[in-house]
Amino acid sequence: MTDQQQADRRHDEVEAGTTTGLAAPSVDVTDARQNSLWSDAWRDLKRNRLFWIGAVLGVLFLLMATFPSVFARGADPRACNLANSKQKPSGEHWFGFDQQGCDYLANVVFGARNSLIIGALAVLVILVLGVIVGAVSGFFGGVIDSLLSRVTDIFYALPLVLGALVILRTGSLGRGVVAVAIALAAFGWMTAMRLVRSQVIAVKSSDYVAAARAMGASNGRILVRHILPNAVAPVLVYATITVGVLIAAEATLTFLGVGLQRPAISWGLQIDAGQSLLRTAPHLVFFPSIILTLTVMAFIMMGDALRDALDPRQRS
Amino acid sequence: MGRYVARRLLLAIPVMIGASFLIFAMVYALPGDPIRALGGDRPLSPGVVAELRAQYNLNDPLVVQYGKYVGNLLQGDLGTDFRGRQVIDTISQRLPVTAQLTLVAILFEAVIGIIAGVLAGIRRNGFLDNLVLVSSTLIVSIPILVLAFVAQYVFGLQLGLFPISGLGEGWYSFLLPGLVLASGSLAYVARLTRTSVAENMRADYVRTARAKGLPNRTVVVRHTLRNSLIPVVTFIGADIGNLMGGAIVTESVFNLPGVGRAIFDSVRQQEGAVVVGIVTLMVFFFIFFNLVVDVLYAVLDPRIRYD
Repeated sequence: MTDQQQADRRHDEVEAGTTTGLAAPSVDVTDARQNSLWSDAWRDLKRNRLFWIGAVLGVLFLLMATFPSVFARGADPRACNLANSKQKPSGEHWFGFDQQGCDYLANVVFGARNSLIIGALAVLVILVLGVIVGAVSGFFGGVIDSLLSRVTDIFYALPLVLGALVILRTGSLGRGVVAVAIALAAFGWMTAMRLVRSQVIAVKSSDYVAAARAMGASNGRILVRHILPNAVAPVLVYATITVGVLIAAEATLTFLGVGLQRPAISWGLQIDAGQSLLRTAPHLVFFPSIILTLTVMAFIMMGDALRDALDPRQRS
Repeated sequence: MGRYVARRLLLAIPVMIGASFLIFAMVYALPGDPIRALGGDRPLSPGVVAELRAQYNLNDPLVVQYGKYVGNLLQGDLGTDFRGRQVIDTISQRLPVTAQLTLVAILFEAVIGIIAGVLAGIRRNGFLDNLVLVSSTLIVSIPILVLAFVAQYVFGLQLGLFPISGLGEGWYSFLLPGLVLASGSLAYVARLTRTSVAENMRADYVRTARAKGLPNRTVVVRHTLRNSLIPVVTFIGADIGNLMGGAIVTESVFNLPGVGRAIFDSVRQQEGAVVVGIVTLMVFFFIFFNLVVDVLYAVLDPRIRYD
């Protein structure tokens, strides 16, 4: 019998009254870890095959972003020889060569870092913006809420890629990794805001918030200690999936010519350069595409699994 | 109901104004001097430049420019681009292409998405259910950019089944880009339908229908499906606005001269009036379809009352 099963049986016994919590001092039924949302979710996650596929891929790409030269098999992405231009994949050079005769495996591998940094940075900004605006809007309500909600509606009406395209083209942010992340965040924070806002409104009128207020807790304390922890689960699910969505959006913007620029190494740039050679050298579009897709998939799978695990209504 | 619609319309006005001002302000900040670019290699004389700047209100501060723009807009005048072409002409030429593309995408989304969702939902945890779940995760994960090239390569170049560029073959030209554009929403519709059908299959009225001895087909089609499709129909409706504004990549890769392509080109050429005009129109469609859907929800589901 595993520890978990043992703990479950003891817990059942305590519940059923066949034994008491005191009789078995090692079991503390009030211990939050025993049956909190998170431990239940983790038990679910461990059994979810999609989660493990996503997690393994995610770790793989994280390692790729951190130690690219290991994955590039020692090749330098910028050491190019035109004699090798557009060579097909071989045992020696797994992904072949691009038009300039650069080792393509090295180029694709080195692209992971920019994508992951942009995805993570943009999600971070989105979370900060979403949590602050959403919490203020939901908690204070009234005029503030109407005002902030209308502002959110305004941004929501503009498609992500469209808004980011225009703001990046203005050049006011520059053209680097940070600029692309901020542009994506500027038109991507609205869902996070709505999520947090609705959670705050749902929890605001609960009894324990009233109790905290009666004991003289300040607005800030109630928000941070009592209301926001309730929003963590849905926001976490949303953030995980969004990292994937944003990585895809970065590649799209770069492909459209407003994201990262050479000499930066980016999957969007590689797909763009390869598209005109689709007939003669399809591997130039194929490899960055498949790696980009796997990266996006890793985050979406993890997010999906997390949502299933954290949603108690799905439990049987 | 009437009051609800009126209130929603009133709330949509500040959103329309805000969104168009936002895009106007961003376009205003676009770098470079469009008038100078117009002259090409030969520099224009200062007199001509001054004349043109005045004509396009380029000397006014942002808010005044925007005010003049809205004033003209309300009279149905979207302005002209720097080549003297009416923006409204550009739109009326480009919009049908995007509308056709969106229509094809919506049809794919509705037909394939709903069929897949129903098949998955009636036998939960069955083979089809797992197939739909896994494949929808896969499809959602493939960026449109990637999917567009894969479709072009496999169906266009390798199999030669579909045209991959331009409008040469009428409706047939829209099939492949439409499917690509629809992919993400299609997967979502399948999941939404699946969840909804699976939930309703356990409902009391379905058990009653079965107990009366109705054949399985009638139970699924007449009883379950009708209720299950309410959230699906509303999602598809709201998606029309999304797809129209999201067609930039699809139209670029498949070389379709729609509004998405027009926005992309005019951002590049600093054609502010065209960008603002089209984006404002997109925002209008987005808000309009969302409103229609919200009202539709009340019509379809009598349990919902907006008062």
